[in-house]
Amino acid sequence: MSPKTSGKTAETAPAPPANGLRRVVITGAGTINALGHDVPTTLAAFREGRCGIGPLEFRDVDRLSIQIGAQVHPWRAEDYFNRQQILLYDKFTQFALLSAKQAVAQSGLDFQGALGLRSGVVLGTAGGGLNTWDENYRTVYEEGKNRVHPFVVPKLMNNAAASHVSMEFGLRGPAFTVATACASSNHAMGLAFQMVRSGGAQVMLTGGSEAMLCFGGVKAWEGLRVMSKDACRPFSANRNGMVQGEGAGVFVFEDYDHARARGADILAEVVGFAMSSDAQDIVMPSAQGAERAITAALQDGGLNPEDVGYINAHGTGTAANDKTECAAVAHAFGHHADRLMMSSTKAMHGHVIGGTGAVELLACIMALRDGVIAPTIGYQEADPECALDVVPNEAREARVDAVLSNAFAFGGLNAVIALRRV
Amino acid sequence: MTDQIRDRITAIIAEQAMLEPDQISDDSTPQDLGIDSLGLVESIFALEEEFDISIPFNANEPDKSDFDISTMGTIIAAVERLVAQKAA
Repeated sequence: MSPKTSGKTAETAPAPPANGLRRVVITGAGTINALGHDVPTTLAAFREGRCGIGPLEFRDVDRLSIQIGAQVHPWRAEDYFNRQQILLYDKFTQFALLSAKQAVAQSGLDFQGALGLRSGVVLGTAGGGLNTWDENYRTVYEEGKNRVHPFVVPKLMNNAAASHVSMEFGLRGPAFTVATACASSNHAMGLAFQMVRSGGAQVMLTGGSEAMLCFGGVKAWEGLRVMSKDACRPFSANRNGMVQGEGAGVFVFEDYDHARARGADILAEVVGFAMSSDAQDIVMPSAQGAERAITAALQDGGLNPEDVGYINAHGTGTAANDKTECAAVAHAFGHHADRLMMSSTKAMHGHVIGGTGAVELLACIMALRDGVIAPTIGYQEADPECALDVVPNEAREARVDAVLSNAFAFGGLNAVIALRRV
Repeated sequence: MTDQIRDRITAIIAEQAMLEPDQISDDSTPQDLGIDSLGLVESIFALEEEFDISIPFNANEPDKSDFDISTMGTIIAAVERLVAQKAA
């Protein structure tokens, strides 16, 4: 950090949370993604550096120029949901519900009665029920049918997942969906954190979900020419683009005193959140915009740069993101940038778009709780423009006290979350 | 036929750059013409549509692409090659 920025940080850092602000902790986690159908399997994959990317399998894939992705395999909705539920749940809702059930089960919470009135859900998604759009456009345009299933609208709407999660558990407080492209989950989790911290809610289920791997979803992405045809290699000089994934992550964010009073197992504390907008370009990222979010998240969490041992990077594997993100981190952290670790787990679970920050928060929790840093796999050649410790190819044991999770979306929307070990 | 291809390409690039076709020469680079990365991707799409060809171009590694986008001259040569391959 430059002397100038350093001085500014010291002057403007807020006092430790007081005057009514509540501490917020994570007491449950759930996921489904290409690496596994639950948290333990996903964390094991992070430790092994396992890659979930492979050939895409869905209708008309032969007409795509991009034919790889991180798909959830195997996925049989009927293993988890009954016929009526499947008619009503798009895949992104199925992923969210499954993850939420795991998270709530781990937390041990029961939302019947007063707690349900003081609890809610805020989830991120970028595409919502994109498979439902795709299938039903095909029905009316390609097959020329004039009738679609009556549940198309409630199935495809972006808030379907959040609504079904609220119904599943009786969460009667704030419930809504955030759509900020690749930062959706981080924005959602940041808002959930703020709601619990302010006392506006006692418990929030939060995270995000995405299921964009279908013909129309990938075809749209092809157009931008930022996708790789062979692999996701974040920060590697020979990286050639992002690889899309699918899945969800959902967490229980709970008031610390409430969690302590009931003797809950606390996975980590959420201490800071900040968001910023580049206000510059609809697709090209800005190092200044990213740096402002990083610095503000540290300040919000009462953290000094030296406190942070690990950053889960946005790290998409595109030329533009990775060098911009490294520049932002180098500038925000100054000399400490050379001592912290930063990895992108997208080379394993793919870019889960609106759900990606949620899946990636698991790597942050693993770093704090288990002392294991998830690697950046697929790393082959050093890039002078990404000259940070990106934990190449193999997981590493290290004790870290505080971590950040970065998300920088198309549209120039940045959201950074800070967690601390409890 | 080749002149005709050249004119059609120049018209597409001129429209993207908001210039007159005669303001564009073989030496012009996309940068000279004020075409940014998004404009380049859009231009390539327009060329694919115009000539019904598939242009291999990855914005992450423009230098490694078989499709040389460094100047108007190289773009024209590459499109002509793809059009000839299609006809063959």
